[in-house]
Amino acid sequence: MRIPILKLNNYLLISIQTELDDQTAIQFQEDLLDEIYKTESTGVVIDLTSVEIIDSFIAKVLGDVVTMSGLMGAKVVLTGIQPAVAITLIDLGINMQDVPTALDLEQGLIKLHQELGV
Amino acid sequence: MMNPQSCVKIQKEWDIVGARQLGRELAKEIGFGTVDQARIATAISELARNIYLYANHGEIRYEIIQVPEHKAGLCLIAEDEGPGISDISQVMKDGYTTSGGLGAGLPGVKRLMDEFEIHTEVERGTRIRTIKWLR
Repeated sequence: MRIPILKLNNYLLISIQTELDDQTAIQFQEDLLDEIYKTESTGVVIDLTSVEIIDSFIAKVLGDVVTMSGLMGAKVVLTGIQPAVAITLIDLGINMQDVPTALDLEQGLIKLHQELGV
Repeated sequence: MMNPQSCVKIQKEWDIVGARQLGRELAKEIGFGTVDQARIATAISELARNIYLYANHGEIRYEIIQVPEHKAGLCLIAEDEGPGISDISQVMKDGYTTSGGLGAGLPGVKRLMDEFEIHTEVERGTRIRTIKWLR
């Protein structure tokens, strides 16, 4: 299974709508980095509104992809994390403090606009 | 009172997803709210991944606990015949990992659930029993 990555001007938009298994998550990590490289995108929004569970593995993959994209020069914002997901992440002991987040896709795009000044 | 319920064999990576989906369904049936459903599903995901990563295969059993006029809960038993754990105190520490993960697995499961017991024997396997009570 592949997660679709949409291009909008110099941003990439991803809405994760499927149950994330390990393989899909790793594949997504590679696909996103390739896409950033190919499109020279400077900003990325990953919307997690439909994601009902983030365990330690998925959290690591998401945290890593934010760092990896940053190394390439693209800023990633995670949006739409559900209340239950936020609670379980903290229970797990994962605080994702260095990961930029926003309430929803719209706020995520505003955040990118502000920080990248585009 | 315990009612034997269901069992999911963990043999391939996709079984981790199947195991947590079944856990969420059962949790919903018992009457857990969305946050506890997510806690239970996440705990199962961690347990199933540990089985897959360290023992290759094993199983997760689900038992619905009904104590008449008292309380209900969901008991999970994760069992494998893998390498076992030589130092339990170490794996229960936050941030300890041998797989390059976040090391949140077992201490995380303990915090997500209400009761947590682990029995392990080196080269024999590991059995984890954990319960979430309906509040």
